[in-house]
Amino acid sequence: MGEVPLRADLVLEYPFTRTTGPIIGAFLTGLREGVLTGVRRPDGTVMVPPAEYDPVTSEPLTEIVEVGQAGEVVSWTWVDPPRLQSPWDKPHGLALILLDGADTPMLHAVLVDSPDDLVTGMRVSAVWREEREGHIADLYGFAPEEVA
Amino acid sequence: MSEAAEGGVRLPESLRGVEPVQSVRTPIRLEYDYRPSASAESYLRAYGEKRIIGHRSPVDGAVFIPPRGVDPRHGVAISEEVDLPDTGHVGNFCVTHLPIPGRKGLEVPYVSAWIHLDGAAVGFLGLVSGCPSDEVRIGMRVRAVWKPDDELGTTAENIRHWEPTGEPDVPLERAGNQSFHAGRGDEAGA
Repeated sequence: MGEVPLRADLVLEYPFTRTTGPIIGAFLTGLREGVLTGVRRPDGTVMVPPAEYDPVTSEPLTEIVEVGQAGEVVSWTWVDPPRLQSPWDKPHGLALILLDGADTPMLHAVLVDSPDDLVTGMRVSAVWREEREGHIADLYGFAPEEVA
Repeated sequence: MSEAAEGGVRLPESLRGVEPVQSVRTPIRLEYDYRPSASAESYLRAYGEKRIIGHRSPVDGAVFIPPRGVDPRHGVAISEEVDLPDTGHVGNFCVTHLPIPGRKGLEVPYVSAWIHLDGAAVGFLGLVSGCPSDEVRIGMRVRAVWKPDDELGTTAENIRHWEPTGEPDVPLERAGNQSFHAGRGDEAGA
């Protein structure tokens, strides 16, 4: 045909709002209040973030517990550059962080300038946004703990 | 209030007595680069000339729109393009009273409809305008309202909407997909 092939920039978009239920809702309420929470399993361990049912026994889980605001990097990767819709606008670590009092690690950002500043086993602590609404992004990320 | 708060869930001290979060926004957005297939490309280019093209099946002559290069009933390739008129009838429709968030230029209520072009075996989606929404009905004859020539592009948006022609309706028993079955000549007789 000799013509330039057609192309178009298209967008697919849905403005979903989901109801949370009491367990996920409690976790999000905690984020709004600047508190990190998990749920206690029948064996006494604490899962963070909380799940509604036990992953092994399928029993409903009902005891929300507060965990620490700091923890240990269990594993990590480096994100550069962040995607367009990422909550973070500059390169950052994404890490599995085992919070104090938790038995499972949760995924969140570690706010450092270079992958050279990330080490498995390092201590990090929560950095909160000023304005919080009950969303995972209320937690801006984790920063290396100040060495006293 | 006891330890057991809503739904039998026990909360830590720090979360008791505060307004619970009950919903969360989880919008999704996908931006993508669309490259049409060969048959879609012909279809879109024809729109730029105010033509509507379909694909005629080599099996029984049924005409499909939009053209996909294949008869999905028989799994055979189609290469024969045919020009379709910009007239047809409403096969089915829906009146929407709630706006689509973020979509501009579409006032409620609006009527989206399956438009069955004369000579096509299947319908395709369009907006019906030019009459009150409560007058839209199955079998209503419609014609395309095209954008002005200087606004035409290689897009199906060249058809602003479909408006009533005022001709007598297609009888209910021959409207929509039933017109396809009726037209095959194997039962109701063409």
